[in-house]
Amino acid sequence: MSPEPTTSVSATPGGAYIHNIGYRHYDGPRLGRAYARRSLFSQSLRGAYGLGRSAKSKVLPMLLFAVMCLPAAIMVAVTVFTKAGSLPVGYTRYAIYLQAVIGLFLAAQAPQSVSRDLRFKSIPLYFSRPIERGDYVASKFAAMASALFILTAAPLLVLYVGALLAKLDFVDQTKGLAQGLVAVVLLSLLFAGIGLVVSALTPRRGFGVAAVIAVLTIPYGAVSAVQGIAFVQGSESAVGWLGLFSPITLIDGVQSTFLGGISSFPNGLAPTTGAGFVYLLVTLTVIAGCYALLMRRYRKAGL
Amino acid sequence: MVGATTVDDVTVIVTESLSKRYPRVTALDRLSVDIAPGVTGLVGANGAGKSTLIKILLGLAPATEGTAHVLGLDVTKDGGTIRERVGYMPEHDCLPPDVSATEFVVHMARMSGLPPTAARERTADTLRHVGLYEERYRPIGGYSTGMKQRVKLAQALVHDPQLVFLDEPTNGLDPAGRDEMLGLIRRIHTDFGISVLVTSHLLGELERTCDHVVVIDGGKLLRSSSTDEFTQVTTSLAVEVTDTDAHPDGAEALRAALAGAGVAVTTGAAGSEGLASPGHLLYVEAAGEETYDLVRDAVAGLGLGLVRMEQRRHQIAEVFRDEDTAHAGPATAGAPSAPYATQDGGAHDVA
Repeated sequence: MSPEPTTSVSATPGGAYIHNIGYRHYDGPRLGRAYARRSLFSQSLRGAYGLGRSAKSKVLPMLLFAVMCLPAAIMVAVTVFTKAGSLPVGYTRYAIYLQAVIGLFLAAQAPQSVSRDLRFKSIPLYFSRPIERGDYVASKFAAMASALFILTAAPLLVLYVGALLAKLDFVDQTKGLAQGLVAVVLLSLLFAGIGLVVSALTPRRGFGVAAVIAVLTIPYGAVSAVQGIAFVQGSESAVGWLGLFSPITLIDGVQSTFLGGISSFPNGLAPTTGAGFVYLLVTLTVIAGCYALLMRRYRKAGL
Repeated sequence: MVGATTVDDVTVIVTESLSKRYPRVTALDRLSVDIAPGVTGLVGANGAGKSTLIKILLGLAPATEGTAHVLGLDVTKDGGTIRERVGYMPEHDCLPPDVSATEFVVHMARMSGLPPTAARERTADTLRHVGLYEERYRPIGGYSTGMKQRVKLAQALVHDPQLVFLDEPTNGLDPAGRDEMLGLIRRIHTDFGISVLVTSHLLGELERTCDHVVVIDGGKLLRSSSTDEFTQVTTSLAVEVTDTDAHPDGAEALRAALAGAGVAVTTGAAGSEGLASPGHLLYVEAAGEETYDLVRDAVAGLGLGLVRMEQRRHQIAEVFRDEDTAHAGPATAGAPSAPYATQDGGAHDVA
């Protein structure tokens, strides 16, 4: 037992003490709803990287984090040693190259974040406390998005620092970084929303993992294939629009239209500016829609 | 913060014609009840509206009509404040198996608004009070049902609430675990100064633990009174006899003999007494001392073995029986002190 301050310590003549270990009331501060929301956010964010959980659960997120940063470090090394005039990959495209890693991270951590509470029915314990449904959803959403942001923004910082070490143009690089960060913010929000909605549908973690991977990869595979076919058949405008149907190509469309990146679409075709607005609109709608779906999901999950 | 000052004079829960209607069912029907500080039992069969009532009292579901106040706060307006001062222990499992009790309860304390240091201190204190020691550092997955119930109780108490709702806290416990849990519930009020609303469908438990019992059925208030009133001694005698070769059905033979002597005898109602099979119990209306002699002589005359003959107490279960069954009026006979006398009471189940 940790030494605890006792409320009443009565000294006896012999110098011995009788510690009162009876029930003590708590009369300290109660920090309320906003504090509880912040606590849930930080607990979920730490949990996404396995902090505050078992050693075993730290392995995968930390490994993925390393895998995410490693290519950036290699690129930086190459740039510095070859004295190249630019980084081999633009800031906004980096995340798109490594989408598989992001997908794995999301598939592993989103179910961990929400399915656990559903599966073990801990939700009523939250809702019998000051926080409300909206607080819970907002905290979980923000935590997942922040975890993804850390995962995707860290390699960009590595690239940026490396680029400055390689004495690349400061203004260019800063602008690139800023654009890259905007892209990964959008990506984090979008992926967090999709991942959480999919995982919140099932209390089984295994299903959640599989479902998240499926939702991210199957549309991507389908869209890429159809884009390839459309490109071969010469309908290039269709290529631009098809990207709307999978999460990663959505982000790709937005970044190539607004953030100065090059798209990964066949032949580097980018959506037109008009189509770009549609991409942005769809991205924001999906994020908002995921949030609304989560709110709906937890309406019935109370006591 | 208001400390433990409220435990004396105020009512902790007041409802005024509280109703909750779902499209197809009425969960609560104009329920008006005042609950004073102390340990209050909320009895009802499954679906009687117990959980709905708790949900409304926590401010999580709006009532269709009527009002409810908890600790003097309106549930529709001050749900958040109420939930800060109230603890809730759900009926079902709600613990993640992969974290330790300490980590889990600390997290829950922070969810209740306790600063990190206070959350850790209160967690250590509370887990000790509910009887979890070294095992609290191990993952919950390896705990016994009894230990899990203690963790659930600890998370409801960790923020030092003024009132706790305990939903079926003895579910799934063995008799020893049940006794310990009931003792703990008693202590929550006597030692911790926290009022308790405990639901159960095991009536015997509430007889032993509660100061006051509220019975609801079909969303309606059936009865609300102190436990003493429920368990007064009646004027009837419970008699149990053995069978012999001469009388294969000893109870029936005795019943016939006593009826012949002009004594009102009823056989035990099905399911009313847990230990003996119903056919072997007779309830004899005691007119006075001579009834005891009469029973004794009748049993001896038939050559039966007398297993027991005792003054019978009302049991809360009777509230659920036919309302027509007239209860004998309050008897004055010196009642053995506590309702603990009926150990078999724990087996009563209205569900």
